Amino acid sequence: MNIGTWVAIAASALGAATPLIYAALGELVTERAGVLNLGVEGMMLVGAMSGFAVGVSSGSLLLAFLAAAGAGVLIALLFAVLTLSLQTNQIATGMALTLFGIGLSAFAGRSFVGLPIARVPAVHIPLLTDLPVLGPLLFHYDPLVYMSVALCALIAWLLKRTRAGLRLRAVGEAPAIAHALGEPVTRIRYLAVLFGGAMSGIAGAYLSTALTPMWVEGMSAGRGWIALALVVFGTWKPWRVLGGAYLFGAVTVLQLYAQGLGVHIPSEFLSMLPYAATIIVLVVICRDPRTILLNQPASLGRSFHPG
Amino acid sequence: MRLFDPSGWALRLERRPRASRIMRIVSSPLAALAMLITGFLVLGALGKDPLTAFKVFFIEPVSSLYGLGELLLKATPLMLCALGIAPGYRANVWNIGAEGQFTVGAITGGGVGLFYGAFLAHWALPAMLIAAVLGGMAWAAIPAFLRTRFRTSEIFVSLMLVYIAQLLLSYLVHGPWRDPAGQNFPQSPPFADNALVPALFAGARVNLGFVFALLLAGLSWWFGAKTAAGYRLRVGGSAPAAAAYAGISERANIWLAMMIGGGAAGLAGICEVAGPIGLLQPVISPGYGYAAIIVAFLGRLHPFGIVLASLLMSALYLGGESAQLELQLPSSVSGLFQGALLFFLLAAELFINFRLRRVRSSRTRVPAPTAA
Amino acid sequence: MGKLGRQSEAMNAAPGARGAGQLASPGGAAPRLILQGISKRYGDVIANEGVDLSVAAGEIHALLGENGAGKSTLMKIVYGVTEPDAGSIEWEGAAVTIRSPAQARRLGIGMVFQHFALFETLTVAENISLALDERVAAAQLAARIRSVSERYGLPIDPQRLVHSMSVGERQRVEIVRCLLQSPRLLIMDEPTSVLTPQAVRELFATLRRLAEEGLSILYISHKLDEIRELCDVATVLRNGRVSGTAIPRQESNASLARLMVGTELKECHLEPHEAGATQLELIALTLATEDPFGTALRDLNLRVRSGEIVGIAGVSGNGQRELQAAISGETLCSERGMVRLCGQQVGQLNPAQRRRLGFGFVPEERLGRGAVPGMDLADNCVLTGTGAGLVRHGLVQRDAARAFARATIAEFSVVCESEQARADSLSGGNLQKFIVGREIRLLPKVLLVAQPTWGVDVGSSLQIRQALIDLRQAGVAVLVISEELDELFAICDRLAVMAAGRLSVAVPSAQLAGETIGQWMTGGFEAAAAARVEHAAV
Repeated sequence: MNIGTWVAIAASALGAATPLIYAALGELVTERAGVLNLGVEGMMLVGAMSGFAVGVSSGSLLLAFLAAAGAGVLIALLFAVLTLSLQTNQIATGMALTLFGIGLSAFAGRSFVGLPIARVPAVHIPLLTDLPVLGPLLFHYDPLVYMSVALCALIAWLLKRTRAGLRLRAVGEAPAIAHALGEPVTRIRYLAVLFGGAMSGIAGAYLSTALTPMWVEGMSAGRGWIALALVVFGTWKPWRVLGGAYLFGAVTVLQLYAQGLGVHIPSEFLSMLPYAATIIVLVVICRDPRTILLNQPASLGRSFHPG
Repeated sequence: MRLFDPSGWALRLERRPRASRIMRIVSSPLAALAMLITGFLVLGALGKDPLTAFKVFFIEPVSSLYGLGELLLKATPLMLCALGIAPGYRANVWNIGAEGQFTVGAITGGGVGLFYGAFLAHWALPAMLIAAVLGGMAWAAIPAFLRTRFRTSEIFVSLMLVYIAQLLLSYLVHGPWRDPAGQNFPQSPPFADNALVPALFAGARVNLGFVFALLLAGLSWWFGAKTAAGYRLRVGGSAPAAAAYAGISERANIWLAMMIGGGAAGLAGICEVAGPIGLLQPVISPGYGYAAIIVAFLGRLHPFGIVLASLLMSALYLGGESAQLELQLPSSVSGLFQGALLFFLLAAELFINFRLRRVRSSRTRVPAPTAA
Repeated sequence: MGKLGRQSEAMNAAPGARGAGQLASPGGAAPRLILQGISKRYGDVIANEGVDLSVAAGEIHALLGENGAGKSTLMKIVYGVTEPDAGSIEWEGAAVTIRSPAQARRLGIGMVFQHFALFETLTVAENISLALDERVAAAQLAARIRSVSERYGLPIDPQRLVHSMSVGERQRVEIVRCLLQSPRLLIMDEPTSVLTPQAVRELFATLRRLAEEGLSILYISHKLDEIRELCDVATVLRNGRVSGTAIPRQESNASLARLMVGTELKECHLEPHEAGATQLELIALTLATEDPFGTALRDLNLRVRSGEIVGIAGVSGNGQRELQAAISGETLCSERGMVRLCGQQVGQLNPAQRRRLGFGFVPEERLGRGAVPGMDLADNCVLTGTGAGLVRHGLVQRDAARAFARATIAEFSVVCESEQARADSLSGGNLQKFIVGREIRLLPKVLLVAQPTWGVDVGSSLQIRQALIDLRQAGVAVLVISEELDELFAICDRLAVMAAGRLSVAVPSAQLAGETIGQWMTGGFEAAAAARVEHAAV
């Protein structure tokens, strides 16, 4: 295993992590506002299909991603209306969203199966891309990879340092108090859910236009659920989610190379590690009420009745 | 919530003083009707004749004995899993990992069948069933333990365990349990005859599992309506303060709910792999454990409702497959209908407890103060 | 002076009270806030009736009264949370209608609530920022917080996370938040209920400083010592009406207490009854609390014998909730011997186990605790009736439950559709009758009843009280925890008072004057206890 292979593995891991990052960051914002949206898988597929369809039809990748984001927003809107305005159970609605999204994307995308699409091109930064080792390792990805990191920084900054982020966090912790203080709890939650939808849509589009440029029904293969796990693994903090995504991505890719690396643990057990780790993280943060409070949005999953 | 309206009046969602009986009965059929109408409008808009589509979707799949058998066959795992998780949901214990408990049940039950089948002779099947139920329970014990001991959310733990279970199965069928005579396919040797769940009648694949499911429905109804334990679960879910007042143990409730869910899902798993599948392979479920969550809600968390909802969901699955063959639609279109059905139901449910009222949005004024 | 003269007409002619007309603010300036004839009803319940109040600039004005006297409703009206049915408000010389807290704040009225509205995972500065009506840049806000907090002796660090702060420190955050909006009237709702004595001193120093600068303070409390120490004027509410105004420094606890609880308390007309064996005993009951707003119980001692009714009076929030949970078993004691039921040590037994020994309990909260709202009355009998044959061999005996419910409904005149009516379809009074009836019909040896007639109509209240008296005749040991002194005096053989997590000795109600009780309710029984130590009425 020479360094070239390592670089290839790392690059592959980053690529695999990128859709997870978008979806997880979107869900993070949603959950910080106190809403648990289990429908990420469905939203990703809808985004993947829309992005692919628009990309193929229009030839413009920019339009593709915009369409994917838009499709994610629309389908998230369905979820938002049901859970926020009609006060339906968030878990049931999220499950329904998953199934619905899988079915809708398969149905609407059936005429696009098998069509080719140009892959999102990697950037070429003069000088930097041509560096040995570092070049292909850090400077030869498509723009979305870099944007995902920027997105993480943006969300971290927004949550911590802006008033909008403050209001979101307040709503997620204690919607009743926020409401008493005059915050438009429902509106803030709507925006958070729609943002999550947009991000999941983009994540899906990345799958179908960059990672494996094609459309096939169900192509997210459970990545939406992994994104949900990532939010918990990262204890609802953007940079930790980013790190977790790269970890998950690395494990996904590494297991393919495990035998060659002389690692004799069966690859499935390697793949189990991220999920087991997530459980351990959960146990650690839930061990006493104070740590739960500090790490998990207190109102997560509970409906809020303005009364 | 208020939907504002330029004329100064607002629509408000207001809690009814008493739950509407009419809506309670009518909401499920209403939702099903809404789904059907929407679905066929959509199909119609896409150039498929709605009547043909209706026939292909609902009539054809069950128009033969085999088809009817398939309906019941697909309904079995849905029913079992949903019956398992529903008592928990009523008790605020959210077991999302039925899919994983299903898988582990298949593994433990299947393992007994593969390795002790010959030794156990005609005791193999009962042993497998018991092993599957115990396996599912053991898998569900993990979130139960973590919730009662460490306050960890059972939602996320049970979900993560789904992946771990699926990976475990994958490992087993790719490795130690792989059929040496299977041409390197990742699958176990097929189960011997004494290790298969018998079919109910010739000409169809529906097996004893369906009977188990019906029995479980009856048992579940009896449990919820007649037993003290079922009563305790109900109180724990709907009024935790009253449960504390009555001395009902929250811990006991959580364990009970999770064990029921795990056991039922485990049973579903073995009935599937020792039934229509006949061996262990990496993918043994098209998401029954997740679909069961929808079935549970569709059935309003009530055993008889769940039986009906399972049949409906099963019909939708079959319809999807049939549509794939005859209408060139992807089979996952059934997911479209299933999701839409639940959306409509959840929305319709709302009107059991709430109603729309027009309210004047300006506040009433206090009468002007009189001179002192 | 015509407006102010009206106030003297509204008072009881209780000795020691003064007409408000004699309390014009220093310098004779017009009062900053004038409430006139404020009335508010919630259905049948009169929260406020014809309340007059005036607060001058720089005045610390106490609003005194028991729970249910109407203090919180009045404050909600002043702060804009709710509007009065009748009456007027004059603020700084102009008539106003206060429609919302935001408007109240704009007018210059601030309020520090008893239960703080703070986000624990946010910093002090972030919390304040969210609560302010104007947008202030972070650095500027931090500086302002620091300067205000230092100026008034309320040191807080703007960057600290609220969850790491003590309750006293959190209160400072609430106060600073109000002060940052430059109020001219500050309403403080029971501010010392969560403070240590040291913190109380510091708070008083702050409040005096603020008053010197001209801020008016409306200080809601029932703690007579503090009011006498801090406040210039006190308005006393009783049953929604002003029962008098006074200058606290010129009063004694006794005279203030008399205003608070009145002198015409019902006489106890119970037939004398020989009490039997001790059925419920609290021995040095001590219980810590994790809830920052909870009250720790400290060394409670009490004996309730069969055939007697013992009452515990006291303002809510002094540990009654914790006491109920300790007796019922919803909270376990650290030692088995702290609670004894029928001679057995039950401190570590759960509620179901205590019920089996003969314990019955009617809790404060009806829906959601005493009864499950979504279940019918028959099923609600099973809640505590497992020992009465309603559950056998692990099966719910539905027919027996229905019969039990029907009998309860008949015996206690519960108005409902049938035993299959949902619990939440009953009126408050009827549900209370049902719950009381259920517990009584389970033939307990000890019955604990909390707030038996709170929110209950007069007719049902009488029935419930009679039922308790009948129980006493039948030899049951009854413990009643209530805020209503009239009720306690009417039905109790002996009375004790609970304050700040401690319990006074239980004294025969005939020997207890209303004035003494008033004093005890504000914690004055320690001295009295020392004086009464010979009386073995405990």
